[in-house]
Amino acid sequence: MSGSMRASLFITCYNDTLYPETGRAVVRLLERLGVEVEFRAGQTCCGQMHANTGFRGEAFSQAKRLVRLYADAEAVVVPSSSCVAMMRDQYPGLFEELGNEALRKDFRALLPRVWELSEFLIDKLGVEDVGAYFPHRVTYHASCHGLRALRLGDRPFRLLNKVRGLELVPLKNLDRCCGFGGTFSVKNGDVSSAMLTVKLEDVLATGAEFCTALDNSCLMHLGGAMHREYAPMKTIHMAQILASTQEKPAEVVG
Amino acid sequence: MSGVTDYPVLDPALAPPFPAAALPVLRNVQLRKNVAHAIDVIQAKRGKLVAEKTDWQELRTAAAAIKDETLENLGGYLEQFEERCTAAGGHVHWAADAAEARRIILEILREAGTNEVIKIKTMTAAEIQLNPFLEAAGVRAYETDLAEIILQLGRGEPSHIVVPALHVNRAQVREIFARTMGLPDLSDDPKGLTEAARNYLRQKFLEVPTAISGANFLVAETGGVAIVESEGNGRMCLTLPRTMITLAGIEKVVPRFQDLEVMLQLLARSATGERMNPYTSLWTGVVPGDGPQNFHVVLLDNGRSSILGRKTERQTLRCIRCAACMNTCPVYRQTGGHAYGSVYPGPIGAILTPQLEQLRHAQSLPFASSLCGACYEVCPVKINIPEILIDLRARVTDQERHTVGKFFDPLYVGLRVANVIFSQAWLFHFAQWAGRIGAKLVTRRDGWIHALPSVGAKWTQTRDLRGLPKQTFHEWWRERKTAGRQVGGSASQRVGDAVGGRETK
Repeated sequence: MSGSMRASLFITCYNDTLYPETGRAVVRLLERLGVEVEFRAGQTCCGQMHANTGFRGEAFSQAKRLVRLYADAEAVVVPSSSCVAMMRDQYPGLFEELGNEALRKDFRALLPRVWELSEFLIDKLGVEDVGAYFPHRVTYHASCHGLRALRLGDRPFRLLNKVRGLELVPLKNLDRCCGFGGTFSVKNGDVSSAMLTVKLEDVLATGAEFCTALDNSCLMHLGGAMHREYAPMKTIHMAQILASTQEKPAEVVG
Repeated sequence: MSGVTDYPVLDPALAPPFPAAALPVLRNVQLRKNVAHAIDVIQAKRGKLVAEKTDWQELRTAAAAIKDETLENLGGYLEQFEERCTAAGGHVHWAADAAEARRIILEILREAGTNEVIKIKTMTAAEIQLNPFLEAAGVRAYETDLAEIILQLGRGEPSHIVVPALHVNRAQVREIFARTMGLPDLSDDPKGLTEAARNYLRQKFLEVPTAISGANFLVAETGGVAIVESEGNGRMCLTLPRTMITLAGIEKVVPRFQDLEVMLQLLARSATGERMNPYTSLWTGVVPGDGPQNFHVVLLDNGRSSILGRKTERQTLRCIRCAACMNTCPVYRQTGGHAYGSVYPGPIGAILTPQLEQLRHAQSLPFASSLCGACYEVCPVKINIPEILIDLRARVTDQERHTVGKFFDPLYVGLRVANVIFSQAWLFHFAQWAGRIGAKLVTRRDGWIHALPSVGAKWTQTRDLRGLPKQTFHEWWRERKTAGRQVGGSASQRVGDAVGGRETK
């Protein structure tokens, strides 16, 4: 692990606005591991919401913006699997259809330097034990994009298993969607809610204190229902668990 | 086609939008239970049998390649099929749309001088709404597949392409049989129910001289047709009648007989969780003295060729109708099939139906997915359904966004505004600031939002939303940087932590 490694944090639009504690945790975690973290103030959104709702032109302009912003970054770390999946799965098509060759070249050069957080820790830094301490019962929700688009596999479990004090409770039907799906959650609000109810049954049946994930979007969905139903469980992004130490425990908000 | 029957027909042109169509099902606890139970059973069987194939991924890749090769030269393979089928004594008809296919089939039946026909389960016939058409023309069609009998007698509609009566449980089947077959003492044990169906069917098999089937595969090389089934009723239809009509979508053709080796392995495991279907029937034209002596194939386009021209969407035509995508779909699990307003429900229906309708109808279907990707994972011919859903969403949005209804739709307005906001960081930061002030109006004392206006109300109908934090991440970062500079050096972490900790409630 090299101390001179530099990483640029793409916090994502919704984490910046709604879940800053996740970003703070990423910074703390990476700096503890000797990574020099930078944050580019020009960042906004990756374009996923627009792309998935059929606003292709809009998604393209945001995608173009992002590629230009990070063109010279050494590594871009993103604490949100679905935004990374957007870049890997949808940017190529968008740039093929709407972009020019220069943009496609920049994108091809950037893509291998874009990392989802758990990928960055395990594949790039080569660490599983990040020196975290989190003495709680935790269940892990595999977001669809992390599971099937990024194929994160056992990476999240390898990281969680090394957290001191953490008791990992397995979640039934791990591969089943929580029903969030971005604008799907409002366009098809009733179906989304029915999916959420089924998922929540499995999550609550673990009896864990926390449900964690690598996507705050799923956690916003699950956590929103937990709060509505006075469930004895909270949600927490995995970055916050991994940043947590005995001296400075995780921020638990909400 | 509505009006000719007294029962509703799944017709994309008449179906309500998916979110509305889903409501009655979401309220129907029994139906959802039936659906979840049935697909859990199939899924478990599929999972076991897929796991035992060490070359499953290679098989999928091979099947996708076979289908792609076919679609690349579809016209050529169809002509080859026509030539070989005709040489073997069959008659091949080409139908551009549903109406033409229905007319051709009726003419053949009229020529055969019959007003009765027995049917092997075929979703393609359901697609062209054949039964109500024949009924209006004075021809009685008798379904012979157990599930189809249940639906026909119970005046129901298919909710699944492999197990059409998936949403009906045993007690409900007993009720339908008891009522329509005049068997008040019928029990609901499977043996009694199949016995009743068998008695009902045997008579039809012996009396009715014409049959209609679909096709799982057409083989260009031989001019042959293949169907797979579980009950053997299809086999009866293929042997007893004098006239046989096969209705097949043009995408059902495969180039070589050998291709069936790949396809049949994938289909049986994916569809019913079996190593092989109990009945696999293959026939080529007419064999003198054996089986139907008058054999017709109706090749149906009905919107299919319009899909060929688009590279991404073309994958849709690889589909071999195994239904693995709907069995694994978390949306279908909640809504069952009827909400899709088409005989093709689930993820494949969400991409196939709007395309067959050439986006004139069923525009809500591409949005009926959380894009979880489970369908792509199981698809035996590797159709990237999420990718196609997103493409179709773009096409529907392009079509709709400037219409008055959608232009002022709060979600569409919101997305346009969001695009402006995301175009400049300072606008984004301003919007965050404004949002924080606005959110104060709706945030309760517990720090959470319990009710949002407009589109947001769809969120807060079942979930709360944590109130906006006092500081965004980028504000924290800026403060930390400034503080770090003031302290001097790079040891900004201490200050940052202190700032971060403050907003913790």
